[in-house]
Amino acid sequence: MSAAPPATPGRPPGSDGPVFCEPWEAQAFATTLMLHERGLFSWSEWAAALAQQISAAQAGGDADPGDTYYHHWLAALESLVVAKGAGSEQELRRYRQAWDQAAHRTPHGQPIALAPGDFSAPGSDGRC
Amino acid sequence: MTAHDDHDHHDQHASGELGEMELRVRALQSVLTEKGYIDPLALDVLIDTYQTRVGPRNGARVVARAWVDPGFRDWLRQDATAAIASLGYAGRQSEHMVAVENTATHHNLVVCTLCSCYPWAVLGLPPTWYKSAPYRARAVRDPHGVLRDFGVTLSDSTDVRVWDSTAELRYLVIPRRPEGTEGWSEERLASLVTRDSMIGTGLAKSPQDTQ
Repeated sequence: MSAAPPATPGRPPGSDGPVFCEPWEAQAFATTLMLHERGLFSWSEWAAALAQQISAAQAGGDADPGDTYYHHWLAALESLVVAKGAGSEQELRRYRQAWDQAAHRTPHGQPIALAPGDFSAPGSDGRC
Repeated sequence: MTAHDDHDHHDQHASGELGEMELRVRALQSVLTEKGYIDPLALDVLIDTYQTRVGPRNGARVVARAWVDPGFRDWLRQDATAAIASLGYAGRQSEHMVAVENTATHHNLVVCTLCSCYPWAVLGLPPTWYKSAPYRARAVRDPHGVLRDFGVTLSDSTDVRVWDSTAELRYLVIPRRPEGTEGWSEERLASLVTRDSMIGTGLAKSPQDTQ
């Protein structure tokens, strides 16, 4: 957050900053729109999933000043994708590890892309 | 966006600079792409649209039209969804729109207490404060206090009505047309309409503000 104190309660500094602070936020947002257009879930289902993540985070001590919003967003998206059977938790974990592996073997500054070897690399959890 | 500068400490090597959230999004997208649920190229188009072409300017044009065209204003009152769509702003999450008009005696304030439903097609993406827990909670409990925090002072006799958005219903506040704008073109009027004025946490700018 900015070093400047909030001008007013409930209105954090930088409140008029970029709509997406990091690229992954934009990706998570757009993925949600596209899955909705494909009919994977309704907006009511989406709002319920997002509200559930936000409530859970608040219950866990997140003051929820708005800057963790897309964390909740992504968690809601993952949960809906799994609930709707579009992907499983195992698949998501497996691909997450593969991307991690790909990132580690890719020299700095070069685009990171998945390769078949990333799925069987040492450090994976041995499930596959 | 130089993500590697202040990254998690365990990631501070020359390589391996994808953060946890980035990894999770990539994993999700890989799985969904492989199964044909999403198209990465179409995703990029969507992101570009929301970052560059959709924003509060759309809503400002709706408001300016309502200010100059009584027929459009009536249409907006009766069927905001159709009236807004007639200007080309439709679809996605803003299918069901309701326009709420500020008057000398009534001020409208929009919130989403549950999560942060927002009329994307006319306002773009919500500002951080709209998504924050303090705003979501206080807008309902103490709307006058919230308005004061935003620098909006209303007369004591002004009634503030709070509208809680849902997945089905999105609200667009039509702020009052500022004094001294008689004869202004629609485009010039639109320049007075701020995002906050369409959420209700602000008023339209006065002609003096723009000089």
